[in-house]
Amino acid sequence: MTAYIIPLIFITVLVLAAIKKKDSYSAFTQGARGALSLMASVFPYLLTIMMAVEVFKQSGVSYYLSKAASPVMNFLGIPRELTELMLIRPLSGAGAIGVLENVYTQYGVDTYIGKCASVIYGSSETVFYISTIYFSQSNVKKLGYAIPVALFSTLLGCVIGCRIAFYI
Amino acid sequence: MSKVWYIMLLGSISALLFTDPGKAVTAMVAGSHASVKLAIELAALYGFWLGFFGIIEKTGLADKLGRLLRRPVRFLFPGLNENGCKYVTMNMAANLLGLGNASTPMAIKAIGEMDTGSTRASQNMIMLMVISSTSLQLLPTTVIGLRATHGSANPVDFLLPATIATIISTVTGIALVKLIGMFVRKKSAKKERKKQTAPLPLAVKAK
Repeated sequence: MTAYIIPLIFITVLVLAAIKKKDSYSAFTQGARGALSLMASVFPYLLTIMMAVEVFKQSGVSYYLSKAASPVMNFLGIPRELTELMLIRPLSGAGAIGVLENVYTQYGVDTYIGKCASVIYGSSETVFYISTIYFSQSNVKKLGYAIPVALFSTLLGCVIGCRIAFYI
Repeated sequence: MSKVWYIMLLGSISALLFTDPGKAVTAMVAGSHASVKLAIELAALYGFWLGFFGIIEKTGLADKLGRLLRRPVRFLFPGLNENGCKYVTMNMAANLLGLGNASTPMAIKAIGEMDTGSTRASQNMIMLMVISSTSLQLLPTTVIGLRATHGSANPVDFLLPATIATIISTVTGIALVKLIGMFVRKKSAKKERKKQTAPLPLAVKAK
């Protein structure tokens, strides 16, 4: 069912362009033109974050840090096995997928832990990554309360999501 | 972010110094390597989605969608200009469909429209960031796919709690940004009033 949504949107837009007698081909190339320059301004931030996240993971610091933080997670009702997922998730999407796959193979997909992990990954975003990429083309350096608010809201959502997953 | 990054990097390298010093450079290079791979992938995705957005824009569909959602967008982003509204609407639409990579270029453009050259993020920018990062998402396609490949009996059965979690986090985020924004404005208004009244007692003393 959901597989139909995106192709249908494409067909609608293409047909609409034909009706309005607009040249889709040149509109597409015109739009795509900005992609590389966009990437050029995003890339330094991408590299800076991913470089640090990789050492963070490989050094084992993230592992020990999540071990230390697991009682807090447990207290909040999030399985302690998922602390590392919670820790990596705001930093790197690719890193979090790796952790998620580990959880699936280690504890099973359809167990409570597997479900909780799915809820956590599906209902959260790479907060730190977004915060740097979004502002990569502007002068903004001070984000004020943006990151604390985003992290707190995400945590609240995850805590309640895991509670609900417990009863399903 | 810069503090988090600094502590993370310094802590990790220091830890490796005691456990496995040879690994530090390898890990950092591996991370940089992965970022180039991701950048090429993302450049393709950005090009594809920006191209598609080019058609949407030409057909006038983007303007129509922006007008349709003007009220909620104006409530969330007061004082945002026409173009900004359009980008924000497209960003949210892409996020709702689970197309995170399509939403990023739209968000960068929207931030560009909000940019005043100041180094401090405005409330509208913070709002956009918080809404995107609380993952206003109806179809977490990545997780559904991963669950299916790991042999889940029912790959979509986490959707209800995940959707509730997203709604709660997004609503909380919006409410907090609005509340803090109000508080900050009140505080700066008070400061200004103080500035205006401050010279008076001095003048009295001088007499």
